[in-house]
Amino acid sequence: MKKKVMTVDDSRTMRDMVSFTLRGAGYEVVEAADGQQAMSAIATTKVDLVITDLNMPVMDGLTLIRKLRAIPAHRTLPILMLTTEADESKKAEGRAAGATGWIVKPFNPDKLVSVVQKVCG
Amino acid sequence: MSSSTAIAPVSSRADLSAAGSAANGTEEQYVTFTVGSEEYGVNILAVREIRGWTPESRLPNLPDYVRGVINLRGIIIPIFDLRARFGGGLTQVTKRHVVVVMQVGERTRGILVDAISDILAIGHDAIKPPPDVDSGLIDAEYLSGLYTAENRMVTLLNVGKLFAGEHVDQDAMPRAALETT
Amino acid sequence: MDDLSRFKQTYFDESAELLAVAEAGLLRLAPGEVDMDEVNAIFRAVHSIKGGGGAFGFNDLVAFAHEFETVMDGVRNAEIPVTTELVDTLIRANDLLARLLSHASDETEAPAGTTDDTVAALRRFLGKDETPAEEPPAAPPPATVYPDDEDDEAGIFGDALAAIQAARDDQPASGGPIPEGKVRWTIVFRPKAELLLSGNEPTYMLRALRRLGEAEVVCHLDKLPSLRDLDAELLHLSWTVTLLADPQVDRAQIDDVFEFVADDCDIRISAEAPPPAVIPPVEPASVPQPAPVSTAANLPQPAAPAAPPTTPAATTSGSAKPGDGAKRPNGGAGGTGGDHSGPTTHTIRVDLDKIDRLVNMVGEMVITQAMIAEHLRDLPPGQFQELLEGLEGLAQHTRELRESVMSIRAQPVSSVFSRMPRLVRECAAMTGKEVMLVTSGETTEVDKTVVENLVDPLTHMIRNSIDHGLEGPDERERIGKPRAGTVHLSAAHRSGRIVIEVTDDGRGINRAKVLSKAIEKGLVQPGASLSDEEIDNLIFLPGFSTADQVSNLSGRGVGMDVVRRNISSLGGRIGVYSTPGEGSRFVLSLPLTLAVLDGMVISVGEERFVLPLTNIVESLRPKPADLHGLVNKCDVMMARGEYVRLVHLHRLFGIPKAIDDATKGLVVLVETEDGSRLGLVVDEVLGQQQVVIKSLEANFRRLDGVAAATILGDGRVALILDVAGLREMSRHNTSGSDAGSPSASPSLPAPADRSDQRQRQTV
Repeated sequence: MKKKVMTVDDSRTMRDMVSFTLRGAGYEVVEAADGQQAMSAIATTKVDLVITDLNMPVMDGLTLIRKLRAIPAHRTLPILMLTTEADESKKAEGRAAGATGWIVKPFNPDKLVSVVQKVCG
Repeated sequence: MSSSTAIAPVSSRADLSAAGSAANGTEEQYVTFTVGSEEYGVNILAVREIRGWTPESRLPNLPDYVRGVINLRGIIIPIFDLRARFGGGLTQVTKRHVVVVMQVGERTRGILVDAISDILAIGHDAIKPPPDVDSGLIDAEYLSGLYTAENRMVTLLNVGKLFAGEHVDQDAMPRAALETT
Repeated sequence: MDDLSRFKQTYFDESAELLAVAEAGLLRLAPGEVDMDEVNAIFRAVHSIKGGGGAFGFNDLVAFAHEFETVMDGVRNAEIPVTTELVDTLIRANDLLARLLSHASDETEAPAGTTDDTVAALRRFLGKDETPAEEPPAAPPPATVYPDDEDDEAGIFGDALAAIQAARDDQPASGGPIPEGKVRWTIVFRPKAELLLSGNEPTYMLRALRRLGEAEVVCHLDKLPSLRDLDAELLHLSWTVTLLADPQVDRAQIDDVFEFVADDCDIRISAEAPPPAVIPPVEPASVPQPAPVSTAANLPQPAAPAAPPTTPAATTSGSAKPGDGAKRPNGGAGGTGGDHSGPTTHTIRVDLDKIDRLVNMVGEMVITQAMIAEHLRDLPPGQFQELLEGLEGLAQHTRELRESVMSIRAQPVSSVFSRMPRLVRECAAMTGKEVMLVTSGETTEVDKTVVENLVDPLTHMIRNSIDHGLEGPDERERIGKPRAGTVHLSAAHRSGRIVIEVTDDGRGINRAKVLSKAIEKGLVQPGASLSDEEIDNLIFLPGFSTADQVSNLSGRGVGMDVVRRNISSLGGRIGVYSTPGEGSRFVLSLPLTLAVLDGMVISVGEERFVLPLTNIVESLRPKPADLHGLVNKCDVMMARGEYVRLVHLHRLFGIPKAIDDATKGLVVLVETEDGSRLGLVVDEVLGQQQVVIKSLEANFRRLDGVAAATILGDGRVALILDVAGLREMSRHNTSGSDAGSPSASPSLPAPADRSDQRQRQTV
């Protein structure tokens, strides 16, 4: 059974890169362009990991994380946040919101895969 | 329908054109076909293929000689009924009828004829001008000449002119109104 | 692992869109009324451009985008007030960013100092004044495509190292000699109970350790409560892992395993045999034998015991099964560069013709597949199950293939629409008019060539509307209109065409003047009696450009005739509807030659047609009582409390052997472009189907009432109906009784804006 990863990013380039990298590593990838889309997709599809950008229209990444954590079924769902420049305050916010970990953009494909493996096998 | 000038079957058209141009620079290949008792010819260079009849889909509000359109490997081409075009009424199609698919300018179109009869290499000087016919009867413009093969007369058609009226795009504007009174 | 340069083109395309978004937003940005959503959108656009740029190592661009972003961040946090000067600077910055992008795209260097002035200007808003040359921007990652600083790339919440360092000593020895050439690591891992709630999963960490070597995992159950007290979301287990690893495995790799959880657990790591400090740092490029490291240990399906309660304390052996083969070299310690040597590009430019051929072939496949499906439908049920399933798979793949191929060419019209605010701003400034531009439907997708060819006609139409259509603010006020005129630009898919409308609420076409000019120019004979509509359409005639209409805006030698010619060269139509004093509406419709359409297949006599689903309201079988004659000329029908004119398709198209009595056939209620309704009388509705739009014009010509053609499952051609065209035809057919439709629309119907998205802007 392939693990299913959802990449949430308003940037198509970034989504493409995440998808491409993870598909190459044997994951199934679904995409969402903002938090709202991610929420509705997750309501109907079971995913094993969410990788979310923080700054997005409609619903930002932190809100997405909080909303997911508020749902019992997703309390232990791994959620990685994609952030730029290793912004410490963002990391703290993410942690408080319930993120599992973070990946800094631009990411190294190998690193992305190893982080993903680490949190969802 | 034998003919001394028939030099090859339809299928080896490529050889034909080569042979034709080699023989005489002014000689050209014509595909001839029959409609009723008449025989017509079109320049082989305009012919893309010859195929059996497949049912057409009709197009609304057009003269009856526009039979409709068919699917030619994904492109949609109109089919013209040559008999109807010459005022002989609609062809009652059977499986034996054929469509000559031609390239006219940028457009591909098919003409429905009864049967393919021949391939002729015709020198320019052997083509006689069409007689001065009543222009009310036939529009001589689309006749490019007459040719006598043995004892048959072959009417050579200028396909570009034959259906010229059918590719002029209708003007959406009420132009007619502008020209009145 | 392939590198990511193949996404460059996506990046440039997306960046172009983002620039347009930013520009549109900046043009709307004005002191006083700051729309925070807008500001955020601009920020995000710049931010995304920067982010992607970093991935490809476009350092100049990233550095500059960072400056730009910083100022936008200030605006967003209300630290920097919005002033005209700020907006101008930001617009300049956006233009500069566009330039840097095109340098990046062309793989050329921007001249040194290109960004200096703008950066200085941007920094002034931050209260900084240094010259940019002095201080290189701080944030963006430097030259390398991927930063090597592992710790910054991804991380743990908290200071893992400190926690780990503090716990170095404590180590329950796991006896036995250490094999030659190995290092024995002992890792004690005591997570906090809440670990699972951050989405972390210890099983995966244990697996990750196993990837590093031969691991023995002992699970400790001492904290496990009784079943009654157990909270399944809390973690009560801890582990000790003894790892026999090659010397190449270093401490950092082990720390890395726990990087997200260091704050949420107590971890002790120790090594025996050659102390970790002696192990030379692993240079990615210099690893001589990568294979042994990575494949040394591998995971048998792990270990239920890692997961919570029931299993008793257990020792799972994680010894390697070499045959399993690690799927990928673990980590490789950030060494991406090693995988590929030499620059390879993953973006190619493809000739449009080639894409067209691909599109055509896919269209063929769709048809072939529909054909097969149609044949299989006749098979006896219950048999050939596998064949049917196979076909279903094929259908799915074909659909996906078609979608991806179509998406290669389809583009939203937003790329054109987003240029218009700037134009409107310029036009408004030049004419001294106040103009509000409203756009809707910008996500409507249309073929790339169509998008590209829309720019000029739209530019001209909008100029025309502002220049000729709208009154000046004072005049508008005098006649009781708002001072600012509105130009509404909309796009929508209708009847297999894209319909773009430019509507203004200005003075409308001055018919008397147009007619007299046309007569003067010899375009119309004196005394000709023309309908209002015909007069309005005179403006499209070649040579119709009147002296007093020439202004520095519209009078650039381009008339509406050129617009019309351009549109028809794309297979489109343009018309104008005008009401004096109320405004004009230009309606431009273009075919989506490459698009696919959701249609309803209907039959009339022996012919089948496709009605675009977007036009269909419903289909119904009327009762005799629903039908009424109107002046003996046409039939109307009561549908949903409204009289609707009935149009018999077979009469309109001269189709024999069709049902004439609407109560015996079906009435398909359709809605035309401007919202007016019509009841089409047909024999039967055969079903819904996605069809590939084929051009009729390519080899024949346009036909009234026909939008395009398609090929159905049996290989036969069916015409796609153009509902608006049908309405026109039916009007002419019943001319004389112009009372045709009781719901006949006025000449300027409400602008069709049932659109999903609207944007407003004031200039």
